[in-house]
Formats: sequence, structure tokens, C-alpha cells
Amino acid sequence: MDNAVAAANNAKDAWGNSSAAERSGLLNKVADIIEANLEEFALVETCDNGKPIRETLNADIPLAVDHWRYFAAAIRAEEGSATELDANTLSMIIREPLGVIAQIIPWNFPLLMLSWKLPPALAAGNCVVLKPAEQTPSTATLLMEKIAEVFPPGVVNVIHGFGPEAGKPLASHSKVDKVAFTGETTTGQLIMQYASKNLNPVTMELGGKSPNIFFNSVMDEDDAYLDKAIEGAVLFAFNQGEVCTCPSRILVQEDIYDAFMERVVARTKAIVQDNPYDVNTMVGAQASNDQYEKILSYLKIGKEEGAKVLTGGNACKLDGALANGFYIEPTILEGHNKMRVFQEEIFGPVVSVTKFKDEVEAIEIANDTLYGLGAGVWTRDAHQLYQIPRAIKAGRVWVNCYHAYPAHAPFGGYKKSGFGRENHLMMMNHYRQAKNMLISYDKNKLGFF
Amino acid sequence: MKFERVAITEKAAEIVKQLKAKHGDLIFHQSGGCCDGSAPMVIEEGDMYLDDSDILLGQLEGVNYYMNQDQFEYWKHTHLTVDITEGRGSSFSLEIPLGLRFIIHSRLLNDEENAGLNM
Repeated sequence: MDNAVAAANNAKDAWGNSSAAERSGLLNKVADIIEANLEEFALVETCDNGKPIRETLNADIPLAVDHWRYFAAAIRAEEGSATELDANTLSMIIREPLGVIAQIIPWNFPLLMLSWKLPPALAAGNCVVLKPAEQTPSTATLLMEKIAEVFPPGVVNVIHGFGPEAGKPLASHSKVDKVAFTGETTTGQLIMQYASKNLNPVTMELGGKSPNIFFNSVMDEDDAYLDKAIEGAVLFAFNQGEVCTCPSRILVQEDIYDAFMERVVARTKAIVQDNPYDVNTMVGAQASNDQYEKILSYLKIGKEEGAKVLTGGNACKLDGALANGFYIEPTILEGHNKMRVFQEEIFGPVVSVTKFKDEVEAIEIANDTLYGLGAGVWTRDAHQLYQIPRAIKAGRVWVNCYHAYPAHAPFGGYKKSGFGRENHLMMMNHYRQAKNMLISYDKNKLGFF
Repeated sequence: MKFERVAITEKAAEIVKQLKAKHGDLIFHQSGGCCDGSAPMVIEEGDMYLDDSDILLGQLEGVNYYMNQDQFEYWKHTHLTVDITEGRGSSFSLEIPLGLRFIIHSRLLNDEENAGLNM
């Protein structure tokens, strides 16, 4: 760890002073390399994580490419600021890199999370030491092999290792200037403590228990929009539910509850869960045995607390070579918002559903959570389209859509979901500090001395 | 009669003993949130800043088990048993390099336990 951090420190001055055109060009090179090897990256990601190949081919890897290109473009287009404070005084703001950034990323979208974290830090002129998750180290390794000649030595450093043996020494290192972390709350709190010893800034993305709210107007017509809304509810099973923003609480207005949920249950039952390498597979395997066991223990306590299983509810036993895989049936549990399955992040293909009377109750249930990362609002009512998202305490509210992650839109949490934003050019300011040059063009002295 | 909120399986207790021999005094802290969250973390005592907002649920193999109070509000009607399973976590929990992960099995407190612990 000391060697990696030292290499980054040795490289930071030259890299921080390189031109935006130069940095942009190298970021674009990385994007081109990932794109040229898209199928290989998709295959390795599916092998490592267990997620279906159609997701890695069509979502994870193409999105990763786009994030590199977005920040390559952003630094070419952005400008600083200069303000004339009075006739002879100019205030100029120059954004300078922090220096060396420590980044710790999760295992649910390994290459995509790397591509959320690395490009803005590099674009902003920092060197990085990044630690991938130990469950899914392969695409980071593959990328480093393929881009070994792209950046000057020391600019990008990747270290593998277990959390207590690699993550902790990185997060607490006195020679890093900032720590960015995605993960769970206890480790988040520890990282903030370590950073406080170095008076370092941190950004935290710590998950959520996101509500997906369906108002009665979604069923006004049986049309393409209703079809989209039903798919929006079933997106809880996307990526086996291993998403920080998994829409893991469905709230449905009571007068459409039965009719709407009938359609959602039918769509969930139609999910194809099979070999992740098959392009027709929609839901693959959980990433690890401990996640698998954890999800099963939540299914058990959910049933014990009185939740009604509308579909699923068990491990999914597949045949042949997949017999020992970590497969869980996409599961819908009906209950109330005080149950533990409504309050805790299960990180599996499990959704908890409840009903609400009116807008007031919808907002009350939506905000009755420790977290505030994502939310979904589905309605044909033009007033609700604006007012409900504004009332929800979450950093990202999808309105008549869900699970879209464009590079150009900021993403991050309220409440215990963390702070700081990812994506969007505002992200670069999480990796920079403001240098203010206050310039006087007045030839005359102050007159004090 | 004394009631308990937390218990531990024999297999998990054995791992706690191993970790204590290697690292010294430890605590359990219940994590929330994404990825490896919703699972207990084992860390060295003193590593984490604890205060009145951390509820002490009990002691397992001489190791205190804490949970933050706002999380506790949603968990307090359940009994937790710490178990150990094969796994490959990415948090800072100390058992992870052994290729193991602590996990929680939950059950509802019965009426008697609930009266003794929560009333």
C-alpha cells in the first residue's frame, strides 16, 4: 500500500499540471479499449459476479465506456470563473486537483463502479489508488492489463486485498488526500473516522431502501405506459436485486392495488432465471454464498413477521451444473412498512409491497426509512409528477422511469445513504479544491501604513 | 428471569475465539446499507467511536454486540443469532480474510421475551 500511495504521490504534480486536452485524450483511449473488448469484459464480469450476460453486454460495459467519454468531454468544455469585484479587483477561481484519491468500490457492478469513480478523479487531475471488492477483482485486473501503457506511471494504481488488510490501510493512509467509498454503513463510519485523523474529505454512498410509488392514474388506460409501469415495479429483480437503489419497496394506491399487483406478480413469474451465460436469462445468481445465506435469512424473518408471499419466497434450485448456484426466486412480500423486510437492505431479488390511501400517506411511508438514495414515482397526473418527487427525501427520484444511470445526471444519497454525488460534471468538484486568486489592478496604496 | 437479544452458534463462537487470539479485544457492530450491509461486522475494540447512540444488545464470547439506535427501533422485536458461513465479504470485518462471513439469523421475540426486554 505504501508503494502504491508513494507512486501516486510521485506522479501527482506532473499529472495535475497536464493539459485538459492530454487528460481527455487518455480517458478517451481507455473508453476505446473497453469498447473494442466489450464482449471479453462482459464475459469476465458475468463469470465473476453471476449476473446475466445480457446485462453486462447491454448495460454494465457500454455504460462504463460512456462514463469515461463523458468526463473526457466535460473537462474540454468546462470553464472557470473570473468576477470583477470592483473596477480594479478581479477574483479568479481556478479548480486545482486534491492530489491522491483513495477509492474503494463494491462488487455489484465492478467495472461500472470503477468507471464511476476513476474518470472524474483523473479528469480533475488527481492520481488514484483504487481497491476493488475481493469478490469481483477480475475486470479491474483485466482493464489494468489492457491500459498498462495509457497513463504515465503512478497515475492509476489498483490494489487487491481484503477489507481489513487492504481497504483499511488505504482509507487511513496519511498520504492520501481524499477517500471515496461505496459500501455499507459500519465501514462507512470507520472510513470517516480514519479520514478525520488526516482531516481528509470523504464521499460516501451507503445504499438505500428505495420506494417505488404507483398512483392510481397509472391504470387509467391499458396502454404502453401501463406496461412500462409494470416493468418499472419488476425492476426490483434487476441485477438480482444487488443494486444500492434497488426499488425494494413498492407502494401502490389502494384502489388499484389488486389489479396492479396481479399484473406485477404475473410479470415477475415470467422472469427467466437460468444460466447467466445464456443471453435469454434475465436473473442470474447472487454474487456470493454469504449474500445468498443473508437473503434466505430475510425471507425467513419476513414470513415470521407475517409478510404474505405473493410469489417466490425460496431458494431457486436449478439442475445440472447450476445445482449448487446461489439462485434466489424473485420474491414479492406483502406487508407493512414497519417490518424488517421493509426497512433493511436485503440486496437480493426481493421486494416488499404495501398500499397507501392518498398522497400524504404515500409520502409518509416513502420517507419512513433511514435511507434516502433512490425513489420512483409513477403517475399520469401532471401535479403529482412534480410535487411528489419534491417531497421525497432522496437524492435521485426517477419519474415515470427507474434504474436509468446516465453519466450526465448526478447521483447520491440523503440521510444515511451518504453524501456527495457521483456522475455529472459536479462530481469533479468533489475531487478538487478552489484556488482563489484575488488580483488588484489598482496602482494606489491602501494608505494604512 | 433474564432474557437475551443475541446469541451465537458454536461454530461462530469458535471463530470469535480465533479472532480474539489474533487481534485482542473485539466488538460486533451491526451494519446497515448496501453490499455487505445488514450483517454483523467484527472489529477491534476501540477502532470504532461509540457513544449513547449505539445500543448494547448483549455480549457473545466476551464480545459486546452494538447496533445504532435508529436501526434498533426497527429490530428490537427480533432475536438475533450470529452464525458463520463461507463467503468473501468486502467490508472491514476481521473474519473476511479467513474466507468466512458472520451472518444473522433472526426470529421474533415471544411475548414473554418482548415484555421482559422492551416494556
